[in-house]
Amino acid sequence: MGAHTAVARPPGPARPDPGGAPASGRPRRRRDDRRVAWLFLAPALVGFALFYAYPTVRGVYYSLTDYNLLAAPDFTGAENYRDLVSDEQFWNALKVTGYYVVVNIGSQTVLGLLLATLMHRLTRSVALRAMLLLPWLVPNVTVGLLWLWLLDTNLGFVNHLLNALGMGTTGFFSSPDWAMPSIAAVNTWAYTGYTALLLYAGMLQIPQHLYESASLDGAGEFRMFTRITLPLLRPVLALVLVVSMIGSFQIFDTIAVTTRGGPVGATRVIYYYIYEQAFTYFHMGYASAVAVMLALILGVLTAVQMRLLRASRSDLA
Amino acid sequence: MTQTQTQTRALTGAKGVARTRPRTRRAVSPGRVAAWVVLVVALVATVFPFYWMVRTALTPAADLYSDSTGLVPQHPTTINFLRVLGLTSQEEAMAAGGSGAQVDFLRYLLNSVVYSGLIAVLQTLCCAMAGYAFARLRFPGRDAVFGVLIAALMVPPIFTVMPNFVLVKNLDWLNTFAGMVAPSVLMTPFAIFFLRQFFLSIPREVEEAAVLDGVGAWGLFWRVVLPMSRGPLLTIGLTTTVWAWKDYLWPLLTGRDEETRVLTVALGIFQQQSPNTSPDWTGLMAGSTLSVLPVLVLLILLGRRLVESLNFTGVK
Repeated sequence: MGAHTAVARPPGPARPDPGGAPASGRPRRRRDDRRVAWLFLAPALVGFALFYAYPTVRGVYYSLTDYNLLAAPDFTGAENYRDLVSDEQFWNALKVTGYYVVVNIGSQTVLGLLLATLMHRLTRSVALRAMLLLPWLVPNVTVGLLWLWLLDTNLGFVNHLLNALGMGTTGFFSSPDWAMPSIAAVNTWAYTGYTALLLYAGMLQIPQHLYESASLDGAGEFRMFTRITLPLLRPVLALVLVVSMIGSFQIFDTIAVTTRGGPVGATRVIYYYIYEQAFTYFHMGYASAVAVMLALILGVLTAVQMRLLRASRSDLA
Repeated sequence: MTQTQTQTRALTGAKGVARTRPRTRRAVSPGRVAAWVVLVVALVATVFPFYWMVRTALTPAADLYSDSTGLVPQHPTTINFLRVLGLTSQEEAMAAGGSGAQVDFLRYLLNSVVYSGLIAVLQTLCCAMAGYAFARLRFPGRDAVFGVLIAALMVPPIFTVMPNFVLVKNLDWLNTFAGMVAPSVLMTPFAIFFLRQFFLSIPREVEEAAVLDGVGAWGLFWRVVLPMSRGPLLTIGLTTTVWAWKDYLWPLLTGRDEETRVLTVALGIFQQQSPNTSPDWTGLMAGSTLSVLPVLVLLILLGRRLVESLNFTGVK
């Protein structure tokens, strides 16, 4: 990613084709590292086969069975998928997840962009960036508990604050209307600093002289943001957006320690629904079918991510 | 960044006079002040919740109702830390607001360190080996195999969690560290991708010199390539450590037992054991503080590297 990546890289040109022809004029033995290559690859290949490939096949198979962990899976064909179409809880889970993703990604990206721009134009302080990163480094379980306490109806600091401002008390996690926005806000708190730093790293790639000359031409900060920063940041912004969306679709930990899907299903997101079906009710087959649906959604997003990745890296290694 | 600085300097040299004027004017503009105010507000909003967590942990449970607004607790105490660390008797713990259930955060802290340490070290080594093979060695089907491994990125974790759980259960590995770390230690597509990318950028001449000295690929990797890759290895290792430290669902399913319970799982269980009507907030915040402390130490020691690692790991 631009000049900044060079920090961790030794000097010297990148060699895009490691298997290419040897340098001309220097005689070299034709190498075939077949045998030693297996040694290098053995752990990764075993890991891939056992914990990625095999479970993926198993997962698809489970989705076609009735399986409760105790007896062997019982093949039922497409029945789980037929059930899924008429399962209101499934559709509700999709709706609730979509709501969460929109609120969370929207607020997180706007705030992250604002913070990144301010840092980029004001300071290069590492200490500041480190502090903004702190919430991201903390387990989501801790974040969930911390905000469960801060937003507590009776004793929470936020409600004390709202009371002092004469705005009354809100049951942030207990009201069906408030629960989802509250969780989205909590995760926005946890991930905004991280998002900001990613965008900031992207901004560092924009040549500084563009700002210098714009400033000489009398452009204000806002104009520079809309005419220089935004357009040149677009590839990075798109990538960050897709990556955080993939993460956002998989929200689980925060909900598992705060609302546990309630009140009345208001926060029963797709990930939590799968977890509940699989490990509370032991409907492994049905849970796998729901997981297949989620995998399809995320697969599309990941495909977009890989395309963006290739596009933004084309001038590198 | 060096490049940018040079450019800046070149520009300053050429138009020194014109450049100083807008800068001094900008330094006092109300816009700049407002911008700093926004940054400071963001900083306070980021840090204050942590302050409140520690403040609550230092408050006696009996004071929670009477003393829940002041910035500093009226009767600061360390009893909440002592009791969640299992350093008090059960009677003392219950008197201080505990639910009476056995908690031993010292052990959970240690389990978390073992869990994330094992994953970070082994995963980084295995992925470095694979990444090197894909970057430098020649063997038939190399690019195809690489493509297949990277395609694993398309499989969301929840999808493999269920079959992996069944597998670990059938191996009788539930509640063992082996079962908890097995799916993560051997490979992760992103680390292989990242490290391969790095190995491709190392100048070949270094390795060629070693090859002329008669060192094989295996020795070359361990004695020449790894030592000169400390930066990227540390970056990947750190990212993996943080990821494993935060991990919840998988250790919840496979390591609930006391002997293997990690911090995140312990916090979840601790919360469920505490009564819904009057949760043990002081104990919970003491436990939460313990889950933040190691991360804070990491941030203080390796802040710069962590912050800079985001410049390329953002794709994760």
